[in-house]
Amino acid sequence: MTDALPMRPATRDAAYNFAYLDEATKRALRRTILKAVAIPGHQIPFGAREMPLPYGWGTGGIQVTAAILGPRDVLKVIDQGADDTTNAVSIRRFFNRVAGVATTTDTRAATIIQTRHRIPETPLREGQVLVYQVPMPEPLFRLEPRLAETRRIHALADYGLMQVKLYEDIAAQGEVGSSYNHPVMVGGRYLMSPSPIPGFDNPKMHRMPALQLFGAGREKKIYAVPPWTEVRSLDFEDHPFRPVRAPHACSLCGSTGSYLDEIVTDDRGGRMFVCSDTDYCERRR
Amino acid sequence: MYVAVKGGEAAIEAAHAWLAHERRGDPALPELTPEQIAGQLSLAVDRVMSEGSCHDRELAALAIRQARGDLIEAAFLLRAYRNTLPRFLAAEPLDTGAMRIRRRISATYKDLPGGQVLGPTFDYTHRLIDTAPRPAPAPPEREADGAAVPRVSAILAQEGLMAGEAPDPGGPVPDLTREPLPFPAPRALRLQALARGDEGFLLGLGYSTQRGYGNAHPFVGEIRVGDCAVAVTPPELGFEIEIGDVLVTECQMVNQFAGSATTPPQFTRGYGLAMGQAERKAMAMSLVDRALMARDLGEEVTAPAQDQEFVLLHSDNVEATGFVEHLKLPHHVDFQSELEKLRSIRARWEAERAAGDPARREAAE
Repeated sequence: MTDALPMRPATRDAAYNFAYLDEATKRALRRTILKAVAIPGHQIPFGAREMPLPYGWGTGGIQVTAAILGPRDVLKVIDQGADDTTNAVSIRRFFNRVAGVATTTDTRAATIIQTRHRIPETPLREGQVLVYQVPMPEPLFRLEPRLAETRRIHALADYGLMQVKLYEDIAAQGEVGSSYNHPVMVGGRYLMSPSPIPGFDNPKMHRMPALQLFGAGREKKIYAVPPWTEVRSLDFEDHPFRPVRAPHACSLCGSTGSYLDEIVTDDRGGRMFVCSDTDYCERRR
Repeated sequence: MYVAVKGGEAAIEAAHAWLAHERRGDPALPELTPEQIAGQLSLAVDRVMSEGSCHDRELAALAIRQARGDLIEAAFLLRAYRNTLPRFLAAEPLDTGAMRIRRRISATYKDLPGGQVLGPTFDYTHRLIDTAPRPAPAPPEREADGAAVPRVSAILAQEGLMAGEAPDPGGPVPDLTREPLPFPAPRALRLQALARGDEGFLLGLGYSTQRGYGNAHPFVGEIRVGDCAVAVTPPELGFEIEIGDVLVTECQMVNQFAGSATTPPQFTRGYGLAMGQAERKAMAMSLVDRALMARDLGEEVTAPAQDQEFVLLHSDNVEATGFVEHLKLPHHVDFQSELEKLRSIRARWEAERAAGDPARREAAE
């Protein structure tokens, strides 16, 4: 692993516009983002483009990042909490090539952090932007696949369907069934998918000082949680939301408060638990 | 170029090098040229241009070579490329009535003005793999004469038996590649989505309408394949100029409509248009287009092919392949929380089973 200071910008590939997309498209994206920030948790449709990375690899997050990225930004990209997973490397390389911006693994040094499936353990601060890659922006899609219908449900804030689903989970198995992508209420108004982050990360969204932007490319939606917004995981008074992590300490840094990956060490049941957030873990060692 | 982390980078570099080696095949053999692909695998090029929403034979051929013949991957390359191009004008609607015909057939009339022109088709070939060396085939004896050929739909319309199309709502044509699909989607956007939709998916859906999933009684009114002029009207000129020709395939599928209190029984048509010679695609598209009109015509919507959201949100193979294949990406963070969740539920289940708690069992039932 390299040192964590922001790295000198690379030379940008001049065959492409800054950050790949043309300026008119980026402007349209920024208008969508502004609208999303103005209505926290509400999904705003946008004309997503094909990017040179496939749908499902984070095209929504990539488009959001492309729209807000400036030449002086410092970009961090994580996947599963780690900077060195292949997809994170690939996206970082993409922006390195088409925008020539500085990149970092240091959560504290980044101005923009694009993530898939995790929120960094290091608390974010004002001025930072966390860009989530979102596969299915509609929190109700397993209960109601029709977008025309879910739009109506959101308009009426008629979220009984989801409460009933949680109730049925509890009645049948004693606890809610969702371990990740657990739905949240944003600003007391919109039900929102937090993207497939583990429930462990949900509380970090609440009153986060950083701006949280969510991009779903294939589903063509952008939504946002402005800084300091109330974000509550859906639950019941007698069954409060319970963030879960593996009940172990990290084998590398000893952390008992971070989210852990379970590493299979042999074929006789051997297990080792290590921090999913590689930057956090290295800093503690 | 600097990249912050090295481990994944080395793996990616090695994988790309291996991929390039595999793509090239036996280096003792000459590499395929894009000209060969465009000339000899022209139907693959046509499909990639349609599903890639970009008319450029040379680039499509290059994409097919780069994609090792994976046509969805090639269409994806073309889609990503087209988003880097500025959009300066929208073309005038193609006048397919003025098409220079290569092939034109109607299944609804034995003969008709303009005649039946078989053209270059597999239709009546015997599908025997030809292992013998091939002499250079002779060029066609007679090219189509280029005279405009009337449309079958116009023949039916003269009799008042063909439903008229809804009038042009005016304003700029909506563009699926710039704005997200609204639902219900207007027909212009439905047709755009179908035109770039996956040939196999639309084929299966169209087929399902013939097998009772959507009450279709289709006839091929007309299939025509040929070159059409593309015209634009630059604002500074104020009049149309032709900027080139494109080869397209058009299918008009004639269907019955039972009529309603206000509309007499008549024929309706499903419409298909695809770049290049792509009859299977154009025919499947026209079947699905007609099925999707069910809602507007007040027909009962019962089958998948009639369901706009089902069809239009799942027909794009670049979107579909992305979401299906993204399951290859690491998901161990979510899987870890699933593991903990399952262990927790399992522990509760086992504890209750051991305690023989009847109240819990009842609550669950």
